[in-house]
Amino acid sequence: MSEPKGRRVGWTEESGERGTSERATRQADVSDRHEAERGALSETFVEVRPGLYRDSITLMRISRGLSEHDGVQDALTAMATGLNLDLLGQLGFTAPPDAGPNDLVVAIRAADEMALGTARDLLDSLLAETPAAAGLQDAEAPARTIGAAAARAAGGPAPPRLALVSVPGPHAFAEAMDALESGLNVMIFSDNVPVEQEIALKDAAAGRGLIVMGPDCGTAVVGGAGLGFANAVRPGPVGIVAASGTGAQQVMCLLDAAGVGVSHTLGVGGRDLSAEVSGRSTLQALAALGADPATELIVVVSKPPAPRVAGLIREAARRLTTPIVFAVLGDDGDVPGRAGDLTAAVAEVLSELGVPVPDWPCWPAPRPQRPRAGALRGLFAGGTLCAEALLIAADALGTVHSNLPGWTPGTTGHLMIDFGDDRLTQGRAHPMIDPSLRLDRLADELADPECAVVLLDVVLGHGAEPDPAARMAPLIGAAGDTAVVVSLCGTPHDPQGRDRQAEALRDAGAAVFASNAAAARHAVSLVEA
Amino acid sequence: MTLPEPGLGGLLTKDLTVVTAGTPLLAEALAEQAVPMVPVDWRPPAPGTEDALAAVMGDPRRAAANAKAVGRLLAARPRLVDVRPAGEVLGLESGTFLHAGPPITWDRASGPMRGALIGAMLLEELARTPEEAEKKLAAGHMVLDSCHHRRTVGPMAGVVSPSMWMFEVADGDRRAYCSLNEGLGKVLRYGAYGPDVIKRLRWMSEILGPVLRAAVREHGPVDLAAIMANALQMGDELHNRNRAATTLLCRELAADVAEAGFPQADLADVLRFIGGNDHFFLNLAMAAGKVSADAARNVPGSSLVVAMARNGTDFGIQVSGTGDRWFTAPAAVPDGLYLGSYGPRDANPDIGDSTITETTGTGGFAMAAAPAIVRFIGGEVPDALAATRRMYEITLAEHPVLQVPILSFRGTPTGIDITRVVRTGILPVVNTGIAGRVAGVGQVGAGLVSPPAEVFAAALDALAERVLRP
Repeated sequence: MSEPKGRRVGWTEESGERGTSERATRQADVSDRHEAERGALSETFVEVRPGLYRDSITLMRISRGLSEHDGVQDALTAMATGLNLDLLGQLGFTAPPDAGPNDLVVAIRAADEMALGTARDLLDSLLAETPAAAGLQDAEAPARTIGAAAARAAGGPAPPRLALVSVPGPHAFAEAMDALESGLNVMIFSDNVPVEQEIALKDAAAGRGLIVMGPDCGTAVVGGAGLGFANAVRPGPVGIVAASGTGAQQVMCLLDAAGVGVSHTLGVGGRDLSAEVSGRSTLQALAALGADPATELIVVVSKPPAPRVAGLIREAARRLTTPIVFAVLGDDGDVPGRAGDLTAAVAEVLSELGVPVPDWPCWPAPRPQRPRAGALRGLFAGGTLCAEALLIAADALGTVHSNLPGWTPGTTGHLMIDFGDDRLTQGRAHPMIDPSLRLDRLADELADPECAVVLLDVVLGHGAEPDPAARMAPLIGAAGDTAVVVSLCGTPHDPQGRDRQAEALRDAGAAVFASNAAAARHAVSLVEA
Repeated sequence: MTLPEPGLGGLLTKDLTVVTAGTPLLAEALAEQAVPMVPVDWRPPAPGTEDALAAVMGDPRRAAANAKAVGRLLAARPRLVDVRPAGEVLGLESGTFLHAGPPITWDRASGPMRGALIGAMLLEELARTPEEAEKKLAAGHMVLDSCHHRRTVGPMAGVVSPSMWMFEVADGDRRAYCSLNEGLGKVLRYGAYGPDVIKRLRWMSEILGPVLRAAVREHGPVDLAAIMANALQMGDELHNRNRAATTLLCRELAADVAEAGFPQADLADVLRFIGGNDHFFLNLAMAAGKVSADAARNVPGSSLVVAMARNGTDFGIQVSGTGDRWFTAPAAVPDGLYLGSYGPRDANPDIGDSTITETTGTGGFAMAAAPAIVRFIGGEVPDALAATRRMYEITLAEHPVLQVPILSFRGTPTGIDITRVVRTGILPVVNTGIAGRVAGVGQVGAGLVSPPAEVFAAALDALAERVLRP
């Protein structure tokens, strides 16, 4: 404190460090009013910098910087307009007498001389600052909705035609509807979408000449691009309409093995042929494939449709000039061209096309597998592959327990377990992505003296785990007397490489089949009656 | 049974580009195959909104209703047609006061709102002293109503009393009104009611209003859309920066003011007053916004926001498909820069009808046109671009007239869709002045503020109740 209390120091010229063109004063701020307000004596500094201009926002930022400085009680940097000089007065500063709107005024009140000094240094550095050369960064953040993304890409060289929705089920409807309103077809990979939402989406799609694939659609191939879980198959004349993802994969892979390619595989979702959904997407898909010049034959892969829906499909099929083969699992009784199992359906397709049915690839176990007494345990990642094996096993062995819909679950005897069941995937990824649960069960079964044969599926392709044999083979190698049979769904061009996977599994001791039906029959044959 | 039309938008025959939303694994699988892809940065909406979102998204009327509503908003061509006293043009009776935001009572009113009402009482000579005014207001002797209920908008406190003069803005037969801007410093709209404030208001009623009336009538309708479009290209965003628009208005009306037939000193005062107030055009931008937004009201099934407004206590929105119902929640304190030593503690919660600008595609939504404004929150130019771009995520259209040069003359993001706000969690960005929380203090700063997220969720619930089931 250099000035005695009670005495106001008038305006003084400050010379030296700041140059003679600047007028400044230090005030010992002593009026009773301010003392009462501030509670203590303080050091005040008011300075005019004639002709110095900074925009009001810069000045507000500088004021804030000063106010936040340690020991500073009040600070104002502003152009000396009437308004700002009034504000200066309100803050308890004495306005300099001859400052005008083109002059910059600075006022600081600090707790002591030292704080005032450092605040003045800060002021100088803040006033000297020029804006950082941030430049114009033109990176646009990714779109936050499908509608926004579609709108952005709409004018571009490759306008989107399809949205792939895999958000959690309760949120899928909004994104899918947004996609349809943006003129996009939709594949809904998500499950847990209520059936009334599915119907609303499919009606909205039909009204726009679009298709909704799904919900719970795991597989599609459009113009050679695999969506979701899809195998790398050759292009060709067969169009597939699939209410079943792994069913479609099995058909595609067997066709590929026979040298026949696929034009498109359009998934429709597991409920599409139910009485409620009434084949809405199947009809869209049939019409589209029927009109597609690249498609010479259509395969419909599904569980048995509801009877009324079977009629609709039959009616639609009659109107198409493209021949249709139905690959329907189980007893449908009503659909034309019923093929029994998927491998048989593929054979029917081949004969329609005049292509000979090959011997389906298989990699026999290195040591002969012999029948023995005990239970068959099927551990599946693919629901349709599980269902197909179950039908074959139940036909041969009688009672088989399963968690598949319509079957009785159990823990003893012959079992067929679908690890893709929603109840087993809650809080974890699908077993084609995360195999841990199924591998744990495999180890348990191989240690179970009651278990004679384990039947596994291994589904390859885009989206599936990169090397499924790597973790499975060591368990199989330690299997002891229990026979292991693998249904391997894949093609040589899949990222995992079908033959490399088959050889690794075979070398570990398993019998490996490209046909799921053949694998199931072999497994059944290893159970001694 | 007829088969659906084949085609699927060229899905099977043309090159495939896929928009992906959800698990990155599936996008990676497409990338492995070199399939062109547009990934969406999807994030889950606020918990508990799924059902209402699904219901509203599933309303078969929605897409067409939104196209109709936003189409009406965009088609509006607001023109300034007259300047008249509120008593005459709104039929406002003595003792009735309009205010900004959703309806509010005296007991819940904030400092600046109370201050402005006190000032209006003094102006209308319904009280001789502030104390008497406050007593009468507190006793409930006066009628308070929302500006929006009378086709009116008001900045900050937005208090309108019968003797105040109003801009009358027309779009065809539709009308909207806003008071005349008082300038900066201690002004009624920030809750100041000292003698200077009242004196200025009297001058505005006695000289400014009549001169502008004469000038506008002489000039003929003033095309506000044209001025606004030009102003955006000159660095305004029309909420916190109206410098260019004010200048353009001056240029447009100067000759007619000169010929208004008033004493020369009065005409000079009028031009000096307008020329000295960078925000003079704000009130016209607001009335233009109001007349445009009102055109979009009451379209059944539409999720378009037709009003966002704050009364200093509550932030409220109205939605086209839910009529005149307000959805309100406590207003937030803006984040910004403060004048002098004022700080957030001195700030009143968000106040004013000026959010009608953001509602209609200007203000914060046009921030990219006015990079200077972004520094109010300590941001830089790229932040201004990002703010405008972010608003495209929650809006239905791009304005055909209001364009942003730096975004290659893209139209401003216009027409807030509550479903998109709830789906993305992106809230409208609002540029605003900050009023002191104590009546009479005036402006303490300026900055940015967001509406409370709950008002959009509440509006969505109400819209879901009105959904037409397919």
